[in-house]
Amino acid sequence: MFARTSAAVFLPQCGQVRNMATLKDITIRLKSIKNIQKITKSMKMVAAAKYARAERSLKPARVYGTGAMALYEKAEIKAPEDKNKHLIIGVSSDRGLCGAVHSNVAKAIKSEIAKLSSAGKEVMVVNVGDKLRGLLYRTHGKHILINCKEVGRKPPTFTDASIIATELLDSGYEFDQGSIVFNRFRSVISYKTDEKPLFSVDTVANSENMGIYDDIDADVLRNYQEFSLVNIIYFGLKESTTSEQSARMTAMDSASKNASEMIDKLTLTFNRTRQAVITKELIEIISGAAAL
Amino acid sequence: MMAARFLLRRAVPALRHARCYADAPAGQMSFTFASPTQVFFKEVSVKQIDVPTLTGAFGILPAHVPTLQVLRPGVVTVFNDDGSFAKYFVSSGSVTVNADSSVQLLAEEAFPLDTLDLAAAKANLEKAQSELSGASDEAAKVEVLISIETNEAIVKALE
Repeated sequence: MFARTSAAVFLPQCGQVRNMATLKDITIRLKSIKNIQKITKSMKMVAAAKYARAERSLKPARVYGTGAMALYEKAEIKAPEDKNKHLIIGVSSDRGLCGAVHSNVAKAIKSEIAKLSSAGKEVMVVNVGDKLRGLLYRTHGKHILINCKEVGRKPPTFTDASIIATELLDSGYEFDQGSIVFNRFRSVISYKTDEKPLFSVDTVANSENMGIYDDIDADVLRNYQEFSLVNIIYFGLKESTTSEQSARMTAMDSASKNASEMIDKLTLTFNRTRQAVITKELIEIISGAAAL
Repeated sequence: MMAARFLLRRAVPALRHARCYADAPAGQMSFTFASPTQVFFKEVSVKQIDVPTLTGAFGILPAHVPTLQVLRPGVVTVFNDDGSFAKYFVSSGSVTVNADSSVQLLAEEAFPLDTLDLAAAKANLEKAQSELSGASDEAAKVEVLISIETNEAIVKALE
């Protein structure tokens, strides 16, 4: 520190010299970082509690969701390649501070839109969650069909999924094929951005394996499809919430750790600065007394 | 009829549209019954399931013809392999019987029958019936009708 002060003497006047932080500056910084650490720690606790609840309700939702998709897997329903109207449902939420959750979904959707647009197909996007809208509307604003807000504050219910599905069906966009992009929960520390397919009534009705299924009229099939749509959206919402809460827990945990490190370093700097100030005062006093 | 199907399976195993149950062991049905919040059966082998659908109530046994149906408010009865049975009331949903004899019964709301209260159901039914005359627009009327149908089904199931 003294070496730095003596070096400052040799610097030309036009350059800016970095002043040593005064005690007051360090105290202010220390106080604010301590506050931040308290906040991030409490956010981690809240996220941990919400995560525990979300994971518990994810178990039945997973069985329910895989049951809903079982038909499409067993009957190997595939959308024909030449269909033009696509739909992407992106699931995220309104709140941030949860790591890369929202940007992963946005990235997947952007690459999907680019791929489909270059193949000449029409794509529309349903945003579930304000964060996703913020990430997409500037560059892909003309692809956005529906925005959903107030997502993520409370755990998602089947009613929420049915509201989204109703809005989608009422919007009049007759999609031939679609997919839902969400973060699938793998474990507390890991999630993966996944995509599940959605099929329209026509695709299912014209699929070759549907001939096996007995006694299906158009009305029953339409009801079944609408119910399936809600089920898949519900599954995506549940998985996404659990991933988000676990990601927020991890993010807040590392934020608290970083804050602790900064507090330690700053405390050391504070003590050194305090001792330096005392020493300086002593020197002044002693040299003043010596001058008498 | 079953013998003919057997022969068909032996003779033409490769034909796609033939109803071949070569995957499932004979007499096995993998049954999954869940609501969004609760799982009742997960890939369990049961003997028979009775379901109420929009086109009528029917029973599903192993090797039932594949079908898709939409549920109506009513009682689902599950007969286990050991002979015992359990009854649940479902509000609506869908049932899928696949070619490999797996059944997925997804109900929007489902409750074991003994958790429902007959007196409360009757009171709700009367309230809904009186609301029917006062319902103003189409949507409200449909909601009241749904409420009446569901409560009637509950009352019928519990009596």
